[in-house]
Amino acid sequence: MTIKIKKQSEKGLRQTAEEMSGVDLSLCYQCKKCASGCPVTKYTQSPPSEIIRRLHLGAGDELLESDLVWMCLSCETCYGRCPMDINIPAVIDALRSLALEKGAKSPKGDMPLFNRKFLETVKAYGRSYDLSMIMGYKLGSGSLMQDVEKFPSMLAKGKMAVLPPLGAEKKVVKRIFDRSKQAKGKKK
Amino acid sequence: MRYAYYPGCSAHSTARDMHESADAVARLLGIDLVEMKGWSCCGATSAHQTDRVMAASLPAANLLLAKEMGLDTVVTCAACYSRMKAANHEITSSADMRAAVADAVGQPYDGSVRVRHFVEILLEDVGIDKLRKRFKKSLNGLKVASYYGCLLVRPSNVTHFDDPENPTSLDRLVTAMGGEGIDWPHKVECCGGGLNLTRTDVAVKLSASIVEMAAASGADCIAVACPMCQASLDLRQKDIDAATGKKHHMPVLYITQLLGLCLDIPEKELGLNRLMVSPAGVLKALQPASSHKV
Repeated sequence: MTIKIKKQSEKGLRQTAEEMSGVDLSLCYQCKKCASGCPVTKYTQSPPSEIIRRLHLGAGDELLESDLVWMCLSCETCYGRCPMDINIPAVIDALRSLALEKGAKSPKGDMPLFNRKFLETVKAYGRSYDLSMIMGYKLGSGSLMQDVEKFPSMLAKGKMAVLPPLGAEKKVVKRIFDRSKQAKGKKK
Repeated sequence: MRYAYYPGCSAHSTARDMHESADAVARLLGIDLVEMKGWSCCGATSAHQTDRVMAASLPAANLLLAKEMGLDTVVTCAACYSRMKAANHEITSSADMRAAVADAVGQPYDGSVRVRHFVEILLEDVGIDKLRKRFKKSLNGLKVASYYGCLLVRPSNVTHFDDPENPTSLDRLVTAMGGEGIDWPHKVECCGGGLNLTRTDVAVKLSASIVEMAAASGADCIAVACPMCQASLDLRQKDIDAATGKKHHMPVLYITQLLGLCLDIPEKELGLNRLMVSPAGVLKALQPASSHKV
């Protein structure tokens, strides 16, 4: 297989991704054990080994739009099996943060929207509030009718809380979110 | 046996049955689960996909509560377990992270609070021999596929839970209950839970391969210890049927629900009524423990 990359800057994304994740990508010798075990290899355009290879070759911001960036399940199978102990999920998490920072397009299925909606409920209530998070995601992604048939039985079986969660110490949670926002402000 | 208990957000939502059954089993066995006062969300996948400092700080805020209580933390949700262990790992291995977390939560935290899964408490602190003596019912040879998923066992240098490729913790509990822990290849495959809402098509395919493999391996039911795995396999079983064109009736129970049944705790206290796929087959297999030959 041929890998084509666009070189946008001399050092590309590699150094930033390495610094953010604390991972040394030069350790990878492309054995592709990560790709073999990855549950989404079948469904993705670029398996983990290829993401690393692209970084080796000096890929730029276009890499942030690879579908694996948001399809990776963080299942840690690649890390568990890597003979060089390369923390690939940490690299993917770094690419996600960079994708958000640079406004990269996300592939089919809007994971950034899901994460935003999830974290909004955590910020508001100190705990996640499934109903609000799911509604927020569905409204934002236009997938309102999907899984709608599950709601009556989930409600009847008490598997979906109607009211928001109570009891969390919200002050510390708010502080954590504020600090995260400040840190992002400083970077820009 | 006293622990700082972190129920996790799903305990009051999609995994009420996990929380109820763990609570009932703990009470019966004299395990004192003291709920942390004011606990907050661990941040789950969304935090670590967004911001590394936030992902360590949200668990740290809770671990500080346990530290104040002077107790080990016990978690029933595999995802919370994984996030707390990861936070401790990051905080102990990097001074920069330690400083960033201290700034975010408003006080220093050294990553020293021990985090344990409820299954570890049962195996290590209560012990199989003691447990076996308490069982009033036996699974009577019921074939159980123990499904561990990702977050309990990986990465093993962070969770230190059992063997990452062939764990046996749940199987040991199943055997003690008189069931047969079947040998099957999908113990630690991913259920696709992380893509459940965003790429349902992919998530259902991954969950389907697990239910199908359990069925092909002769399992009567699946035992889990993670609310995301439970939802992927139970709540989505109709979607799995639609995707595969086959009808499955594979009950997916929390290991604590199975334990509760063998401890003769009433079904209602174990949240069995909340399961989507009926556990009738499992209930039918139960026999008085004395009739089971070890």
